[in-house]
Amino acid sequence: MSERFKIAIVGSGPGGLSAAARAAERGESHVLFEAEEHLSNTIYRYQKGKFVMDEPGILPLRSPVPFKAGSRESILDGWDEAAKRVKINVRYKHEVSAIKPAGNGFEIKCTNGQIVQADFVVMGIGLQGNIRKLGCPGEDLAFVQYQLDDPDEYEGETIAVVGAGDAAIENAVALAKQNNVIIINRKDEFGRAKKGNEQAILKAIEDGTIECYYDSAPERVDALSVGRKKGRMILATKNGKAQILLDRVIARLGATAPRGFVEGCGVVFPNKDPASVPAISSQYESNVKGLYIVGALGGYPLIKQAMNQGYEVVEYILGQKVEPADAPLLKAKFEKMPGFRSVDEALARVQKNVRLLAHITPLQLREFMLDSDIRAPKPGETIFNRNDYTNTFFSIVEGEVQVVVDAEKNQRVSLRRGEFFGEMSLISGRRRSATVLAGANCVLIETPRRSMNRLINSVEAVKREIDEVFILRAIQSRFAPEASAEQLAEVVAASRLERFKAGDVLFNEGEVGDSLHLVRVGSLTISRSIGGKDVVLSYVPAGNYVGEMALMGESRRSATARAAIATETVRLDGDSFKKLVNRIPVLRLRLQSEYRQRTAANLAMQAMPSGGDIISFLLAQGAGEATDILLIDESLCVRCDNCEKACAETHGGNSRLNREAGPTFAQVHVPTSCRHCEHPHCMKDCPPDAIHRAPNGEVFIADNCIGCGNCVRNCPYGVIHMATKAPKKPGLIQWLMFGRGSGPGEAPHDPHDKHVGQLKQAVKCDMCKGIQGGPACVRSCPTGAAIRISPEEFPAYAQSRR
Amino acid sequence: MHDSILTYARSRYLWIAIALSAASLIAYFLHDPGGPPNGGTWLGYTLGTIGALLIVWLMFFGIRKRHYLNGAGTLRGWLSAHIYLGTALILIVLLHAGFQLGWNIHTLAFVLMLIVIFSGFFGVYVYLRYPTLMTRNRESATREAMLEEVNEIDQNALALADGIDPKIHSVVLRSIQNTRLGGGVWTQLRARDGSDLALDSLHKAIAARENRQEMKTTEMPTMFAMVDFLAGRATDKQGEAMRKLIDLISRKKGLATKVARDMQYQAMMEIWLYIHVPLSFALLAALIAHIVSSFFYW
Ligand SMILES: Cc1cc2nc3c(=O)[nH]c(=O)nc-3n(C[C@H](O)[C@H](O)[C@H](O)COP(=O)(O)OP(=O)(O)OC[C@H]3O[C@@H](n4cnc5c(N)ncnc54)[C@H](O)[C@@H]3O)c2cc1C
Ligand code: HEM
Ligand code: HEM
Ligand code: SF4
Ligand code: SF4
Repeated sequence: MSERFKIAIVGSGPGGLSAAARAAERGESHVLFEAEEHLSNTIYRYQKGKFVMDEPGILPLRSPVPFKAGSRESILDGWDEAAKRVKINVRYKHEVSAIKPAGNGFEIKCTNGQIVQADFVVMGIGLQGNIRKLGCPGEDLAFVQYQLDDPDEYEGETIAVVGAGDAAIENAVALAKQNNVIIINRKDEFGRAKKGNEQAILKAIEDGTIECYYDSAPERVDALSVGRKKGRMILATKNGKAQILLDRVIARLGATAPRGFVEGCGVVFPNKDPASVPAISSQYESNVKGLYIVGALGGYPLIKQAMNQGYEVVEYILGQKVEPADAPLLKAKFEKMPGFRSVDEALARVQKNVRLLAHITPLQLREFMLDSDIRAPKPGETIFNRNDYTNTFFSIVEGEVQVVVDAEKNQRVSLRRGEFFGEMSLISGRRRSATVLAGANCVLIETPRRSMNRLINSVEAVKREIDEVFILRAIQSRFAPEASAEQLAEVVAASRLERFKAGDVLFNEGEVGDSLHLVRVGSLTISRSIGGKDVVLSYVPAGNYVGEMALMGESRRSATARAAIATETVRLDGDSFKKLVNRIPVLRLRLQSEYRQRTAANLAMQAMPSGGDIISFLLAQGAGEATDILLIDESLCVRCDNCEKACAETHGGNSRLNREAGPTFAQVHVPTSCRHCEHPHCMKDCPPDAIHRAPNGEVFIADNCIGCGNCVRNCPYGVIHMATKAPKKPGLIQWLMFGRGSGPGEAPHDPHDKHVGQLKQAVKCDMCKGIQGGPACVRSCPTGAAIRISPEEFPAYAQSRR
Repeated sequence: MHDSILTYARSRYLWIAIALSAASLIAYFLHDPGGPPNGGTWLGYTLGTIGALLIVWLMFFGIRKRHYLNGAGTLRGWLSAHIYLGTALILIVLLHAGFQLGWNIHTLAFVLMLIVIFSGFFGVYVYLRYPTLMTRNRESATREAMLEEVNEIDQNALALADGIDPKIHSVVLRSIQNTRLGGGVWTQLRARDGSDLALDSLHKAIAARENRQEMKTTEMPTMFAMVDFLAGRATDKQGEAMRKLIDLISRKKGLATKVARDMQYQAMMEIWLYIHVPLSFALLAALIAHIVSSFFYW
């Protein structure tokens, strides 16, 4: 009979460790399984000396294990010490491979063969997953490693880097400076990597600084005891076997997401989206009775949250009622709500009044409310303005708001209790399409983009409801603001959402048209084949439609519409749309006048096909998803670097712009600088949700950045860096007169170099938000070579360059 | 969207400068000083003051350029105004002085001013012309990338040469040592790199190997020792390597020329400022002297 414990905890991250510590403190029988040889592998693997932040600052810590912002080392030492002090029963090198219900509890199996029984299981395995190993004999040899902290540590070695992703390429390129590097790629290209990385590795291979084996996979790694090299790798290549003598193998094959393992334990995920998290109760219990989930795996990506949950989950298991640590925070939020009594009552009221939120679990609601703000604006107060770039989502708990549909005619629509608004900008990533004013007794929940997207991705019903409303409102606002919902019902019913990948064709020139598309996410290009060549005539951003003309007389498509980036459209059925046009005469006039303008613009573009080449070039640089992109006209740029100096000077000595890097076409240069994407990739995976979009469209990083570097990896354009805060610089006059400090544009030098152990945070272009006059790069260019434009302006821009 | 400093805002400052000049001219011809026109009449004082203020304002451009937080206009607008109003100065000052120039401190100020202004013209010329040349020359590589490639080629060439013969090795080494990119201002402006020398000698060596009669034994004894070696003992494999080496060195030459030209353009776009700016300070000093001395005369 195997051992039996009351609580088995899987994973010793902050969540699991805190749970185990609380169980030990309470004297409960428990066991903590950790796959590695040390506690908290995720934190263990941070860069040496990394400064760990304790965001969110307002949240109190509740755990027997200490945690305060500080260096990685001090935190890990504190945890080791605490684990000893409270006598946690920890088993290192025990990777759990299966958890099955057995009798009154669970049977837990480890890869090393050990099996234990437990009444309850707390899972805190985080999201890092298991590092993919080579998967061949020799994968655990001492010189085979799966991580690289400091490439400069190695010199004069022969190193095989296995993998073709960004990490592998970055490692290979960095190592190649001092070593003989061989990269091993299973495929025949590096298409999965970021453009910059792909170019770098292809160049290195072409130059011969890195040797590459394409279509090859390691078959075996052996340690050698004779000869100068430590080992050899046998490769299976297309042309047979190959042998490499080497000193080191660095495999960067990514990690298997933990999801498979979790699902294997019976836990269900709401859908296939990789961002979705399993639904858990307000006591962190999953759909499997007795199996609890805490920490990042449950959707809480910060250390302190995970630790609090670890503590609370043990209390819940032991039948204690504890008020969650976040209760005071929720209370502070709800106090703004008129008639507030208790947090539970307020939560219930929200769920009762807002239909959309009726679909979600209590814990999801709590989390949702923690991220959100309650607003009780006075009547007439502006919630947001038309053309603002904000992307939060609003639910109406009480009262009403007024949407200004037509500012000139002062035409307004009211939305009442239970309805929501703001979904347009959330989905399209574009400017607000209308101003919204508060009505009487208005109480709103304002939810940030990330939390809303997470909810949409994890609760199908929420997504469905938002999409339905979106389609109706999009059609109404774009085509017929005067039409009632009933008049539109038929068109709406016959519409559906369609998705396209970058480059996919919506329809081809010459086809018979039976539908029109309203772009809701992404953008399109319109092109015609002229003299056998595809010439781009225009660019259609989200919020606009294409394909109406084939429905209104002309029977065939006059041009090809193609997705410039990943795109989603509302596809309106042709017949029902025609009926609508017949019913609303002004709609026909409106369509015709827009059509005339478009045709004129297209003809102008057709007259100078080289303009289309410029647009194509810009779109090929990913400019189609930009909202604002820096372009430099190289025929004007005198290379004085004043733009970079200006950027550094206004941003703590670090230029966020690299003028020289980046491609050029027809004297148009796209420097390495943030494009303030419609749907910023950098926002995707930021644990403290520190990246935001300001009303003018600037994507910026707030001060609560914890320096995890996720955004650096996620931005495809390589425009984010990690930097320490710069010391203050003396003023211009002081520099001029007394030579004090460093000059304009130079990095400020720190007299007491104290970089070690200092917080490194992500920095990027914020379009000089808060500086009067707009972006300093543009303003400081003496010749006007640097401009910032949005993709809507591309056609006009291309035409201005003949 | 992208337009040059000359056409900025539909050349708004050109028109302002023309208006200012026209007004000065009209005043000049209408005004009857009761004697030859000069700086001492009321019109002379007025024009002199306008000129002096303009100069101070033109010099302020250097400060504005480094005042990155300053929200007042774009630097491009400032430069466009700088150019046109700076040019108008010539006329305004001439009218101020009533075209009386002599060998004195006043004329010194005037001459300095002209040098500053004409160096400015040159600056505008290079600003308009060189950027395009530079892009064309670079073919979308960065200078750093080109330099890196030059370095790589050097390493490869050395390795190849090593395999052929120690003498060739030393020739290549010399060629590498002779390639000096950057360096002094003068070298940069002339766009020379030393890499052609070795290439020439290698070409000669190859030609000589193919055709012994062409050998003339006057110059470069080492080269000929090498050619002798090649002609006499070199195997085909070495000849092959030699050809590869020449390819490499030719490629490097192409690159090195590009880099040198790149530096030349850059230097041209900067060098004139070393006249424009210091002399503008000299001008300021002379101007102060002029104003002070004018009051003493008076
Ligand atoms: C570079 C970086 C910097 C960060 N900086 C900060 C910061 O400054 N402040 C902050 O609050 N947050 C930070 N975070 C986020 C923080 O690290 C995570 O939110 C936190 O670690 C999540 O804790 P967890 O307990 O859920 O899981 P984890 O910390 O991921 O721990 C999971 C543990 O489970 C083990 N494990 C996994 N599978 C098994 C298995 N099958 N059997 C046994 N054991 C298993 C793992 O080895 C690991 O030790 C950062 C993240 C990164 C990547
Ligand atoms: C506040 C501004 C100025 C004042 C008060 C001023 C005053 C005068 C006076 C009084 C004279 C007549 C002197 C004489 O005839 O001997 C004069 C002449 C002259 N000024 Fe100015 N001046 C000013 C600005 C300038 C400027 C900006 C320049 C050009 C750089 C300039 C260049 C000259 C010249 C070249 C003469 C003619 C000298 C000569 O007669 O030989 N002055 N100025
Ligand atoms: C007496 C008249 C002038 C004075 C005192 C003057 C002074 C200056 C100063 C101080 C700068 C700043 C340089 C720097 O700090 O980098 C400058 C820049 C410049 N000036 Fe003038 N200038 C004068 C006339 C002109 C004229 C007439 C022209 C052109 C026709 C001109 C063209 C320029 C240009 C192109 C720059 C460089 C701008 C840049 O690269 O930032 N200047 N000048
Ligand atoms: S940092 Fe990168 S991903 Fe984020 S907005 Fe800028 S360009 Fe887009
Ligand atoms: S801003 Fe970037 S580095 Fe900072 S926490 Fe967010 S993802 Fe991590």
